[in-house]
Formats: sequence, C-alpha cells, structure tokens
Amino acid sequence: MLNTYRYPKFEYRTPPEMAAPGRKGHYPVVVVGAGPVGLGTAIDLAIQGVPVLLLDNDNTVSIGSRGVCYAKRALEIMDRLGCGQALVDKGVSWQVGRTFFRDQEVYSFNLCPQPDHHRPGMINLQQYHLEERLVARAGQLSNIDLRWNNNVVSVAAGDNGATLSVETPDGFYSVSCDWLIAADGARSHVRKLLGLDIEGRVFMDRFLIADVVMQADFPPERWFWFDPPFHPGQSVLLHRQADNVWRIDFQLGWDCDPEEEKKPENVIPRVRAMLGDDRPFELEWVSVYTFQCRRMRSFRHGPVFFIGDSAHQVSPFGARGANSGFQDHDNLAWKLKLVIDGKAPDRLLDTYSEERGFAADENILNSTRSTDFITPKSKVSLLFRNAVLGLAGKHAFARALVNSGRLSVPSYLTQSRLNTADEAPFSGAMVPGAPMDDAPILGPDGNAWLLGALGNRFQLLYFVDDAAAIDGRTAVALGSLADDAVPVEPLVVARSGVAPSGLKTLIDVAGRIAERYDATAGTAYLARPDQHVAARWRSFDPLKVRQSVAVATCNAVPVTMEAQ
Amino acid sequence: MPLITENNFFEPGKRYFREFSPGDEFYEALLEAHQNLTDEQSAQLNARLILLLANHIGDIAVLREAMRLAREDI
Repeated sequence: MLNTYRYPKFEYRTPPEMAAPGRKGHYPVVVVGAGPVGLGTAIDLAIQGVPVLLLDNDNTVSIGSRGVCYAKRALEIMDRLGCGQALVDKGVSWQVGRTFFRDQEVYSFNLCPQPDHHRPGMINLQQYHLEERLVARAGQLSNIDLRWNNNVVSVAAGDNGATLSVETPDGFYSVSCDWLIAADGARSHVRKLLGLDIEGRVFMDRFLIADVVMQADFPPERWFWFDPPFHPGQSVLLHRQADNVWRIDFQLGWDCDPEEEKKPENVIPRVRAMLGDDRPFELEWVSVYTFQCRRMRSFRHGPVFFIGDSAHQVSPFGARGANSGFQDHDNLAWKLKLVIDGKAPDRLLDTYSEERGFAADENILNSTRSTDFITPKSKVSLLFRNAVLGLAGKHAFARALVNSGRLSVPSYLTQSRLNTADEAPFSGAMVPGAPMDDAPILGPDGNAWLLGALGNRFQLLYFVDDAAAIDGRTAVALGSLADDAVPVEPLVVARSGVAPSGLKTLIDVAGRIAERYDATAGTAYLARPDQHVAARWRSFDPLKVRQSVAVATCNAVPVTMEAQ
Repeated sequence: MPLITENNFFEPGKRYFREFSPGDEFYEALLEAHQNLTDEQSAQLNARLILLLANHIGDIAVLREAMRLAREDI
C-alpha cells in the first residue's frame, strides 16, 4: 500500500530513575498514554504551570489514520494550548455536509452558518498529523517529561496518590505521583489494572475504512450516502483529508468476514464502484472496525482520573471521540491546578466527573441515535428511516430528522453545581454553563478573536459603550479582582475607547459579542478558565463576582453546613 | 390552519441548544414504542398511532392534505 506519511521514531532515553539505581521518582501528575488526549492533557497542565510526566508504551504516532474530524470546539481548545493554527494549516477545513438517499441529495447542513467565528465547523486531519503536532508542542514545554517506550505494568492507588511500575527497554522502575491521569484509550490498561468497569452497548455492525490517495476536485464537504447504487442496502461516508488522502467508510453489516473484507482484492472493487472506472487511486490504509457506546460510572477514582476513550466511548458517527477527550482535559486541567495550588478543595475534582459525565451521556445519546438511524435494527425502524429519507426531498421537517451523524458540539453544562443561576433575564444561548461563543475583537494587539483573549484563568467581561467613561471607583473595583486568591482578570468589552487604570480593553468591532451574549451597558460575564460561562449579571457587583468564583471553585460554604 | 411541514418538534418547558435535538428525541421515542414488537404488532401500533394523532389534529382538511402528501411518490 502507498504511504504519503513517514512515521517518526521518537527517541527512547533511559529514565533518571534507572540511570541512578535506588532513586525513586515522585511527580505531582503522571499521564499515561501520549495519544491525542494524553498529549492535550499534558500540554494543558504544563501551560498552567503543573509539571507532568507523560508515559507512552510506543515510540511513534498513531499507526494508520484513525480519528479524522476535529471540531470547532477542539480547535478552540488547541488554540488555547498554542497549537490550533498548526492543525488548521495542515487540515482540510469544512462546514457543509451532504446526505444522499440512493442517487438523490436529500439534505445538507452547515456546521457553522454564523459569520465571524475564528475556527471552521470542522477540520479533517489524519490522526498521525495531529499527534505529530501535539508532540512538537509538548517538546516546547520544559515542564513536560515525555517518555517513549515506557509501558505501565502495574498501578496501586491509595488516598495519597498512586504508584506505578514501568517497563522500559532497560528494565523496570517505579514512580509515585499525587495524581494519575489515564489517557490510555478504549482498552485502558490502567482501568484494567485497577479492576474498574466500563458499561454500555456493543453495536452488531462492521465498517470498512479505506483511505485512498487520489486527485479529485470534490469540494471539501462531508458526503454521506444511504443505500447508494454503488453499495446497495448499506451506508457510505466520504471525507477529504490532508495530502489528497480520502477517507471512505463502507458499512458492511455484521455477517461479513473482516479478514476477507480487508484484502485489497476485495476493497478495490468497492472503491472503484464508487469512484467510477476512470479515476486512478491507490490504497493508503484499510481496516475493519466495530464499535461500542459505553462509559465508566465515575471518571474519578480517588487520585486517578480517566479521560477520553478510557472513560467513555461512542460510535464514530459524529466525531464525538477525540473531540470529547479534548473537552475532558479542558475541564480537568484548571481544576487540578487550583487543587494542587491549595486554592480549591478536593471536591472540585468531583465536578470533573459530573460535568464530563453529563457530556459523555449527551455524546452517547447523540451517537446512539445516529447509529440507530444509519443502521436500522428492525423492519419497522428501516421502514421509518426510509420514509424519512423519502419525504426529506420535499419537506423540511423530514430533513431535520435525517440523521447521518450529529457532529461534535460542546455540551451546555446547564446542570453544573459550579454555575450561578441568573438573577435577571437574558436572551440567547450564553447561559451559565455554556461554552462561550467566539466573535471578532480589536484588542491591544490589533484584530483578534474573543476566545483568543479568554482562558487559563477566571475572567470578568464587563460591557460598556465607551471604555474611557468608566468611573474611578468601578475601575478600582474591577482591578482589585485580579488580586484575589483565585484571581479574576477584568476585561472591558466596549464599542469604543480605552479603559482607565490599565484595564485591558476589547473592542467589539463587529458588534457580535453584544449580540451573542445579549449584553447591554453594565452587563458582566464571569468566564471560567475553560471558556465556559460561570455567571452573568446586568450590573457589576464585586461581591457577587467573588461569591460566584467561590461557587465555581467549590470554595463556597455549602448551605447545609451553614444551617448546622 | 394549513398542514405544518416545517420542523415543529418541541417539548413544553424544555430548552434545546441544538436544532436537531427535539426531532431526534421524537424519533427515538417512536422507535422505542416499537421495541420488542413483531412486524404484525408494529403495523398495528402504527395504525393505532395514526388514529390517535388524527383525532388530536381533528381538522379533516389538514388530515386530507397529510394523506395526499404521504401518498405522493409511493
């Protein structure tokens, strides 16, 4: 098979624990697994000032193209980690998905129909390209100790941390840590070593992945076929990736023989039937997969956190795997930083499992619904599926029911106990718990994006018409938030002017921030370090801001304890 | 009132942040209603469902229009 990609070989180095026998390493955080989510976790902690030991049992990136689609929210997180642009530059950006039934287009969607967002709805990028860029970013951070060919073979977890035994080409060594993060994938070794369960549903279906290299001028769109003439009775999905590699995903059904189906002599005719006889192509990668939708009941077990596929798995329709894994570390890193620094109690870490468990349930729900639509399990569900597709050409309501995958979007954490409920009415979607919408700004460094100015710390967005007109008392009150134990950076969002007292001013150049956040003069939004809304008000009251920061960090005194 | 053919699914008191969610929720409930039924039982359920919903709609002009559209292209 053809290779458009040369796999890097990362160098194994003898760990310091082995170089000096008897030396026992202790680390605040150990992350197991340097896949996309483990790398993201390590980078996220490192940029927040937490040193990380990152262990991987291999010495290269993902073999074969596995994950392909990285969604807007994941790119925004990668921007915060300092490597979003490298991914967008290499990937294929797209917004539009088209769905066909037999030989007719029945439905199309646009992932991000709104103007004025920095990142596209999705990029397609082979997983090895993504990992290579994350490895490069990790290499820029001196507080990440990334060890290749370091295989965790045993784990013991107690009240005060965990100890690991690690196998290397030089033999075994052991390390201890305060916090252990298992990012070691769907078949998590750490999960097994600790004897923990993951529960859910296995889907009785098989899919063939063929990555082919070809020259084609198809637009960068996601194309999905139900029951196409070239693969009758099943579904097919086409995605463009970097370097003229195209991902084709054929539904095969449960009864096929995966070993037979993988053989080039069986794959090539399927691809040819789809592309026609006169388009040259070469196979780059072939595999057959099945999938499950399942999750651990809790993503936290004492000092051990499960993150990404080790904690939860979904069907691939919707690209909700790696994308939700990045949102996991987006949620965990700042909480762990606050607890390590002694600025928040241990129970803040329970909210990682609560919030991301809520998101995992939503991802599993959506990907299960997609799977049930794509692969009907009974005669009557096939009947309804085809009735929807038959009506979709003419009727809008049926188009809305066509479900070829509901692509990864972040959850609105509306149920979170870290939120402060609204006191005043707001319209729009930026409710407490919402992932914050992007918009253009004119900042101190010129034209930029709102989300580029947010993250890694609590921030208060204070909306005014003219920043220069902020009175002295308000300016002092805003500025004083930055001196708190859990600091809050004040940001003045204005139509014009420069705020006094050195307060950072963002000009809402396109008016999109005010529009998307339903902000009027005086409105204040408290943003979490992971760019989620914690609280909002129609006027600025520093006491209320501090109370909401306490709620968002589990530092508020619980009401039940006050009553005692 | 004419027959509504725009997306019209909602649940009172429930807020949806994604346009596709209410329709998907209905569709899931519909398939759940058929769970573990034989083909014949499913056909019976469908017939009963149509009768219940038709009575709820009541307006025979709307029902005639729905029947006409449902028959198209069959």
